[in-house]
Amino acid sequence: MSEVLPPVIVGAGPAGIRAAERLVAAGLRPVVVDEAARWGGQIYRQPPDGGFTRPKTALYGFEAGKADAVHRAMAAIRDRVDYCPRTLVWNCEAGALDLLSEGASEALPFSHLILATGATDRVLPFPGWTLPGVFTLGGSQVALKFQGCAVGRRVAFLGTGPLLYLVAYQYLKAGVEVAGVFDTTPFTTQACATAGMLRDPATLAKGLLFVGWLRAHGVPIHNGVRPVRGEGAERVDALVWRDARGQERRTACDAIAFGLGLRSETQLADLAGCRFRFDEADRAWLPERDGAGRSSVPGVYLAGDGSGISGADAAELAGERAALAMLEDLGRPVEAARVKELDGRLARIAAFRRSLSAAFPFPVDWADAIADDTMICRCEGITAGAVREVARSGQAREMNRAKALTRAGMGRCQGRMCSATTAELLSRALGTGPDGVGRLRAQPPIKPLPVSAGAERREVA
Amino acid sequence: MRERIDCDVAIVGGGIVGGSAALFLRQAGLSVTLLERDWCGAKASGVNFGGVRRQGRPLEQLPLSQRAHSIWGRLPELLGTDAEYIRSGHLKLARSEPDLASLIAYRERTQGFGLGLEIVTGEEFRRRWPALGDRAIGGSLCPEDGHANPRLVSPAFARAAAKLGAVVREQTPVDRVEKDGGRFVLLSGDALEVRARFLLNTAGAWSWRVAEAFGEPVPLESLHPNMAVTEPLPRFLDVNIGVEGGGVYGRQVPRGNMVVGGGRGFALDADRARPQRDAVLTLMRDAAELFPQLRHAHVIRCWTGVEGYTPDRNPIVGPSRTTPGLFHAFGFSGAGFQIGPGVGQTLAELVTTGGTPMPLEPFRIDRFTPTA
Repeated sequence: MSEVLPPVIVGAGPAGIRAAERLVAAGLRPVVVDEAARWGGQIYRQPPDGGFTRPKTALYGFEAGKADAVHRAMAAIRDRVDYCPRTLVWNCEAGALDLLSEGASEALPFSHLILATGATDRVLPFPGWTLPGVFTLGGSQVALKFQGCAVGRRVAFLGTGPLLYLVAYQYLKAGVEVAGVFDTTPFTTQACATAGMLRDPATLAKGLLFVGWLRAHGVPIHNGVRPVRGEGAERVDALVWRDARGQERRTACDAIAFGLGLRSETQLADLAGCRFRFDEADRAWLPERDGAGRSSVPGVYLAGDGSGISGADAAELAGERAALAMLEDLGRPVEAARVKELDGRLARIAAFRRSLSAAFPFPVDWADAIADDTMICRCEGITAGAVREVARSGQAREMNRAKALTRAGMGRCQGRMCSATTAELLSRALGTGPDGVGRLRAQPPIKPLPVSAGAERREVA
Repeated sequence: MRERIDCDVAIVGGGIVGGSAALFLRQAGLSVTLLERDWCGAKASGVNFGGVRRQGRPLEQLPLSQRAHSIWGRLPELLGTDAEYIRSGHLKLARSEPDLASLIAYRERTQGFGLGLEIVTGEEFRRRWPALGDRAIGGSLCPEDGHANPRLVSPAFARAAAKLGAVVREQTPVDRVEKDGGRFVLLSGDALEVRARFLLNTAGAWSWRVAEAFGEPVPLESLHPNMAVTEPLPRFLDVNIGVEGGGVYGRQVPRGNMVVGGGRGFALDADRARPQRDAVLTLMRDAAELFPQLRHAHVIRCWTGVEGYTPDRNPIVGPSRTTPGLFHAFGFSGAGFQIGPGVGQTLAELVTTGGTPMPLEPFRIDRFTPTA
């Protein structure tokens, strides 16, 4: 493979854009491949072209300035990158990515690759979670930011993590009635962890402001909550929940937005051959990366939430840092002071991030409470009981075996929705830690591939 | 401390052959220890296409294949599950007159083996399988062939054997194997030593290692059949489909997903393989041509496995030529799933009675060794 191949960046969110900007500044012309129609990623997702003219302050709130800066950064280098929007990377094999765009597949060879693949919602199921009207937090936010609509008229927000309060706040600002915020974290846990969050007073203040704003508008905020079920015939019409004292309560709503933080999109790193390690904070297997973003595979770099959840600010820094690492490895001069500054800021965010996970701990007992007849894999219709059964009968001691025997994770989403649940159920049934049951091996295609692409192959020179 | 197990029969490899041999040996009352490096039925036995097919096999395989056929008919009784096995029929398509002629010739040659092949062409063919595109001009139907879910069938054999008292050890690689006087000795690290009067070598693509340890090198090659599955689609196909001359094969499972295969994946290392991009795309193109219903569908997953192939594409089945008490069964060359339980039963028969009515001459291990 020739070394004159242009660097390739997968993902045009904060990490991908800052990486591209840095490579362009060094005189390179990167290829930026992104699944979305417009750049910005999930957090700074832009509305579709034409017709949607809401200002950035309405779309991104406090983050409007950062969103705008990231958008502008990409606009400024637009003619110095090869930008491929609406393009799915469905495979990585032998030094080339397989791209799908406009129904056709083509291979893109690379020598240097930055993966900035982002994250999706992490969820655990509860009875009724497949009812119409139940959305993930991220999905609810996308509806607001991208489609300009709300998921309901009276929405209950359930789960944990910074997104819980942010999305509730955004919905309230957009004029939607917020039926309540149902936080799984006990109030005392959050209060204790706040001390650590003083490392980043601005973020902390923002969090407190969301809470204050919600309270001031009469939104009930409940801590230490567990879901009992979503109720409704055609569509959800109530959230039944248990309060911190164990009392069962019922809140009428026509939509539930729920989530337990985010999970990294790691399939591409897996197909690229990256080594993985278990990360306690994320409760997930993640591709290994050094402080600069180098993976275990020479020439493959990792940045942003796709290789560990750190948020958008860290993603911007990590994207630039990974680009600098690539430039170093290419033997190009890099500014040592800038490297040092990025490393310092990334280290501070990492420390803050640890307090954040302490403030929003993963509610392990939720997994235990999932009834056997609750569906956990909605692509294939697999229940919690089916997964527990293969564990308890000794047939499955790890994820891939459980998948083979039960089908959990075999459907359209390839485990993106359900594998966190399956891992919790398996490891609890087997009495191992969450790291004891391994991870699903990635298989192409990363997302469903139209059969018609087989006849629509583009050859690249 | 090293655990020691003494038993009648040690089996290396818990795929469908080793698992079924263990089951039949337990039924005969022998003590059995089955050692599996990975999980039972997780390699080629568990990730193959899932065709349960006699049609198309070379004649010399048909007695074993018929024996297997009757075992497949008793799956629920043997395994406690039907493992999604359906006798849907296997339809082999002809895309040209010469292909049709060779299907007719195959039917003539296999008279008396009990396949019950039926050649269907023209109007009748269109009437019975209207969903098939117009690439095929006819086909040969083997009504009692079918398909099953390999992920469920293959582990179930080892599990049934364990239920009858076989010692089944998964995640247990065999590092050393030798014969010490009248006993085979198998070592797995420092943890386990198994001693046995008989040894069955059913380790699939890795069987050459055991054979070589007993002075029987074989030209076994690892290949990786390429497969893909679509999202669930409305039912349009009941039969398991093959094509004369090869290329592509497909079956629709009751859930609606269409499983198709064709082409080859590539090895990541000696133990793992991945689908290959060109093979995947070619498979999608060919499958859509054969099954027009797929044109607007999506492939949700591709996979492959590691399977041992012999130069003549027939398996190696039967007694070792160097070591009494050792029996081999491997190298099924991409066609071991249906025949597997028949081979397992034959191995059990060889151990318990010292012989078998099955003609195993074509499958001798030393057939590739030039004789002086």
